[in-house]
Amino acid sequence: MMQELKENNVLQPAMPASWNEDTKPHKFCPGCGHGIILKVLGEVIDELGIKDQMVFGCDIGCSLLSWDFFASDSVQTHHGRTAPVITGMKRAKPDIIGVVYMGDGGGYAIGSQHLFNAAVRNEKITIILCNNCNYGMTGGQMAPTTLPGMKTETSPYGRDVAETGNPTKGPEMVAAVAPEGAYVARGTIANVRQLKGFIKKALENQIAGNGLSFVECLSSCPTNWRTNAKQTWEFVEKDMTQYFKVGELRTPQAKEG
Amino acid sequence: MAEVSLQGEQRVFMTGNEVIAWGCVAAKADIMYGYPITPQNEIMHYWTRLAPKYGKKFLQTEDEISAGFTMLGGVLTGRKAFTGTAGPGNVLMQEAAGMAEMMRLPGVFFIQQRGGPSTATVIYAQQETQLTCFGGNGEGHRLVYSTATHQELFDYTIKAFNMAWTYRFPTFILADGYQAKMREPLTIYEPEARGVKLVPTPAVVGENKPGKKFKHLRNTYNTEDELYEVVMANQRDWEAMAAEVVEWSEKGCEDADIIMVTHGIVSRAAMGAYDQLRAEGKKVGFFRPITVRPFPEKELRAAVKNAKKILVAESAYGQFLKFVQTALYGSTIEIATMLRPGIGITTEELVEEYNKL
Repeated sequence: MMQELKENNVLQPAMPASWNEDTKPHKFCPGCGHGIILKVLGEVIDELGIKDQMVFGCDIGCSLLSWDFFASDSVQTHHGRTAPVITGMKRAKPDIIGVVYMGDGGGYAIGSQHLFNAAVRNEKITIILCNNCNYGMTGGQMAPTTLPGMKTETSPYGRDVAETGNPTKGPEMVAAVAPEGAYVARGTIANVRQLKGFIKKALENQIAGNGLSFVECLSSCPTNWRTNAKQTWEFVEKDMTQYFKVGELRTPQAKEG
Repeated sequence: MAEVSLQGEQRVFMTGNEVIAWGCVAAKADIMYGYPITPQNEIMHYWTRLAPKYGKKFLQTEDEISAGFTMLGGVLTGRKAFTGTAGPGNVLMQEAAGMAEMMRLPGVFFIQQRGGPSTATVIYAQQETQLTCFGGNGEGHRLVYSTATHQELFDYTIKAFNMAWTYRFPTFILADGYQAKMREPLTIYEPEARGVKLVPTPAVVGENKPGKKFKHLRNTYNTEDELYEVVMANQRDWEAMAAEVVEWSEKGCEDADIIMVTHGIVSRAAMGAYDQLRAEGKKVGFFRPITVRPFPEKELRAAVKNAKKILVAESAYGQFLKFVQTALYGSTIEIATMLRPGIGITTEELVEEYNKL
């Protein structure tokens, strides 16, 4: 029966082949978006057949829990420093597929200079950034992506943009500074099919050697948001997308011939 | 990478930064990651000129944090990678050095010390001695060579790469602005022609071989005990390495009344003072750690055992002195000091100081 369902594509395989089975079930909280993003990434790795070529770098914060997630080489680095480590690898050994996996704090705060300059230099790496509007692992502080008025542990009366500025629009920033060849998109765990398309293009762009590939994924953090399933989904689907527009911001021009 | 290097031996007249760039070519380094800061800049200038000729690479990063971490990326993929910095850049680079210690990643850091704590002077100091030895949020599991001559800059550049990849601890050449900028004669050579074997730099990750077993590296631990086990294993390895790599030089300590204890370029002045005072018949001694981390503690204790006093002179306010005091803990020997943060020390000044004692 199971076999039949699988063969007819009714039942998906339990997990992507590129996942490291020994470390499943994974370590993320129930309702967390990381698992969805990493499943999408795993499926893309399978489809492109790049498991053995990939070096997966993860940052500090909840993203570090993915350090043993894939059956691929991986390195967990310091907060915000994953883009430099993978950049250093790719520059030294261009035949790897370098993937940077980090959160909004790592990309837009402590490591923002690395993201910005990797974009300016059009580093031929793929950066996947999980935006969940707060610092998850440290207990729900205000992040660069916390929405205006949103309550967190360090903005207990709601984020006051007059004092703390507006939420960072990462893909817009990367798209503004990256040269031709870059691929930039924002997807969401609320639209997995679309997100998968973005992540696939982001990896194909690196394989083609065009330039930087950057995908921000709108994600969920019910533990720190203190939301139930319905509220969580509404926040991801409605509130976040009002500020963070989902879609492709940059695609490389088709090469001639 | 192309396996070309300089041929045979050559007598040259160079600045220290140029010597380091040639030393890296001689050591067959693959790639430099760096960020501009005086007085280290010309390592990059010469490397970027030499790199295309020898099939080498260079990446100018956005800051020293990135220079340190991109270098570790290069090391992870099996490349012989290095970086160089100074002063506040050295402060920023310590984060990567800490990760290198804990994850047992080699890599060579060239430090050209400058006056601090400040954005200037950019000229000279020995004020990064403590920082370079113990800058991370860890136990200082690293190897630091304090050079004094341009010949040493060349020799120890080659050695630093070999030691880093033999023991898998981050390795530093601790020099300074004077060594960086002054010119002096030395012999550069192809190490293998002199019987110096170059240690291979295998890849840790990123090898795409059929049927390979993946590797997961991390610098995160779930429990105190887990971290403790890793740090203590590193401590044991570091101690085993220390016994094998510790280096120093000494002269006339057997019959000396007063022994000058110095490191780096100040030991050049001390050597001059030693020669001059001995010619005058004075019973003076000379002791110089070449590795300041690990510190030749046992050797220093043995050297000063018959002396009445030691004179510690350094271009910092007691950083090197603390290492000496730790080494001599329990000894009652009198310690005179000449502590001059950010100021050079000449042979004449050391002779004068000696004569006052």
